[in-house]
Amino acid sequence: MELDYPLIWGLLIAFAIFAYVCLDGFDLGIGILYPTTSDQDERSLMMNTVAPVWDGNETWLILGGGGLFAVFPLAYATIMPALYMPILLMLIGLIFRGVAFEYRFKASDKRRPYWDLAFFLGSLVAALSQGVALGALIQGIEIEGRSYAGGWFDWLTPFSVMTGFALVSGYALLGATWLIMKLEGTAQEHFRRVARPCALLLLMFIGIVSIWMPFIDPGIVRLWFSMPYVLYTVPVPIAVAALAFVIWRGITYDHHHATAFLATLGLFLVTYIGLGINLYPYVVPHNFTIWEAAAPDSSLKFLLVGAVVLIPMILAYTGYAYWVFRGKTKSTEGYH
Amino acid sequence: MDFSAVDLARFQFAFTVSFHIIFPAFSIGLASYLAVLEGMWLWTKREVYLQLFKYWLTIFAIAFGMGVVSGVVMTYQFGTNWAEFSDKTGPVLGPVIGYEVLTAFFLEAGFLGIMLFGMNRVGKHLHFAATLIVAFGTALSGFWILSVNSWMQTPAGFSINEAGQFIPEDWWEIIFNPSFPYRFVHMMLAAYLTTAFVVAAVGAYHLLKDKTNQAARTMFSMALWLIAFVAPAQMFAGDLHGLNTLEHQPAKIAAMEGHFETQSPAPLILFGWPDMERAETLYKIEVPYLSSIILTHTLTGAVPGLKEFPREDWPNATIVFWSFRVMVGIGLLMTLVGLWSLWNRYRGTLFDNRALQRAALVMGPSGFIAVLAGWITTEVGRQPFTVYGLLRTSDSVSPIDAPAVATSLTIFIVVYFIVFGTGIAYILKSMRKSPHASIGPEPGIPTRTAGITPAPALTPDTVEKD
Repeated sequence: MELDYPLIWGLLIAFAIFAYVCLDGFDLGIGILYPTTSDQDERSLMMNTVAPVWDGNETWLILGGGGLFAVFPLAYATIMPALYMPILLMLIGLIFRGVAFEYRFKASDKRRPYWDLAFFLGSLVAALSQGVALGALIQGIEIEGRSYAGGWFDWLTPFSVMTGFALVSGYALLGATWLIMKLEGTAQEHFRRVARPCALLLLMFIGIVSIWMPFIDPGIVRLWFSMPYVLYTVPVPIAVAALAFVIWRGITYDHHHATAFLATLGLFLVTYIGLGINLYPYVVPHNFTIWEAAAPDSSLKFLLVGAVVLIPMILAYTGYAYWVFRGKTKSTEGYH
Repeated sequence: MDFSAVDLARFQFAFTVSFHIIFPAFSIGLASYLAVLEGMWLWTKREVYLQLFKYWLTIFAIAFGMGVVSGVVMTYQFGTNWAEFSDKTGPVLGPVIGYEVLTAFFLEAGFLGIMLFGMNRVGKHLHFAATLIVAFGTALSGFWILSVNSWMQTPAGFSINEAGQFIPEDWWEIIFNPSFPYRFVHMMLAAYLTTAFVVAAVGAYHLLKDKTNQAARTMFSMALWLIAFVAPAQMFAGDLHGLNTLEHQPAKIAAMEGHFETQSPAPLILFGWPDMERAETLYKIEVPYLSSIILTHTLTGAVPGLKEFPREDWPNATIVFWSFRVMVGIGLLMTLVGLWSLWNRYRGTLFDNRALQRAALVMGPSGFIAVLAGWITTEVGRQPFTVYGLLRTSDSVSPIDAPAVATSLTIFIVVYFIVFGTGIAYILKSMRKSPHASIGPEPGIPTRTAGITPAPALTPDTVEKD
């Protein structure tokens, strides 16, 4: 039996990107929420909740980029030049926030505020540019033959700016709910208060995107409102509403610690699937389908053998690393 | 000055990859050194090894962090600046890089957290396992990325489809392409040497202040053992690598040697100025027969000159000739330091010879310079191709306007100097602290008086990771 390798890889890349969004989402979110407190101990605590795992979280981004290069080289070669500036800004943001994990604890008291700022701005810019990149990609990029043919500011549109802020609010909510789970006492209380406006903002943005999307691609209207597609698409908004309710309870009630975080992950999953339904079968929207952009089967097969064995192993030892650092992060346990 | 998008993209790649290579070159060696230190601590139970482990772990954490963030840039830069290259080579190189991510990057990142912060949570033995895994991951990452680079130098195991893409035919031939084994060994040894010289320099720095500093003595001695054996081995590996290059990329060898004419017997040009316009090497100082002896291992073997090849396929001989000499010169100095240390060890003066310690201190950064010079030699020597002989650099670049590339280049330069400059400053600050700081005197070593103890040694908070 001949497998549909491009489809399998399309799903695997989608999984890698989703894993990245979830995992780096909450640690970028922590950076975005840095200005909500000026207490140095609380800031150290916030950072220490992710210090042992952020590096692994970011590796999913490398898998997303490297994987795209490997299995959809045509998509990689057209999307990257089209998103030149957002990608550049994302990388610069990630550099500043990444090194801040070490530098913050090495810096003198006088210099520390600069690295706190670098952590905040780096996280914010990285999140914003990822959201902008997503929006620009959904809107479509100009292609001629096998190459990008647009200018270097085509990505900047009201829609892409809006998706940028939408993702920032989403990451902020992931960060806040992660901190509710990992912290206790007054710090936890603080992030319960912070999480509420983040949740409201995110729901508002989900609403705006849902209304805006059909104007960008009229095909979506057909997709969402005709049989038999409607059977797949109607559960999405229902699930969003249900999860929003659970998140709100998780934030509000003291005996809930992990609920809000897990429900937020669920919300990300549902909206991600909704997005996937909209974009399928394109990897470069409106231009190349996953089959058109795919590398030959010999490439896909070779890497798939490794992926099938290695991705479960990666999930297992990543899970182990999280297990080792499970439970509440305590201020006495200063790693640094 | 007016630069094209290709020039700017090339300069940007050279700049970002040069910064990047410094960190892995250091962390590959340092991860292995940390594994040795922790293993020695578990085996001998001597505190000094734990002290050294913690000391170098602090530095490793900073270097590794810088390696990660500068590495993410590389992953995306292929696509942003080298889109045509990505489209054409993706089917061959992409899966190899994919394996690097799946086997090495996740492994390193997954266990780094435990290595840095988990000692109290997982216990000594699991912690040692994490250290070993991180060390293995760094080396494995080198395996894959050097395979990718080597394929660009000596492509094999592929065919070309109607879209102009390289298509894999034989993965074994692709991964183990002709130059890969040589380049891999040469680079791994370079990483170990680079780290050993940094460790030796830090040891020397503290020995010059206080020659009874036990931790400094231990690291100085360990590093020089490695240098004494690996530096000569590296000369040998480099020679083999050179012969392999002669076989597969003779134009690169011609540029490295500064030969424009094919000669037999060929003299070795020690120094000179290869002038690309005039197609001759000016002001040269030659040793007769030596180039034939080194490259063909015969007295009168023919050594190719650049004029054997079409003019448009010449690499820049001026750069390659000199970068090669910088690398070889440093290699010779490293070997000398190794031999000198053996002599002092034999005479029992390893910790007393201040001249040796000063030399080791000065040579501290030499590995980085040699690594950069070596990479400049092999990469500039690959020009004007990205995939040697098959895909020109000018046909590899993205359809992006020069101002976009110029903007990103400027941003990268500013950001890299701020961020990595700061990181290097923090590393140097950590190195200035005595590794012997907060532990009591070793058994059998006389207690030092406060008078000759360096001031930082008295502050108990110098051991950071605990």
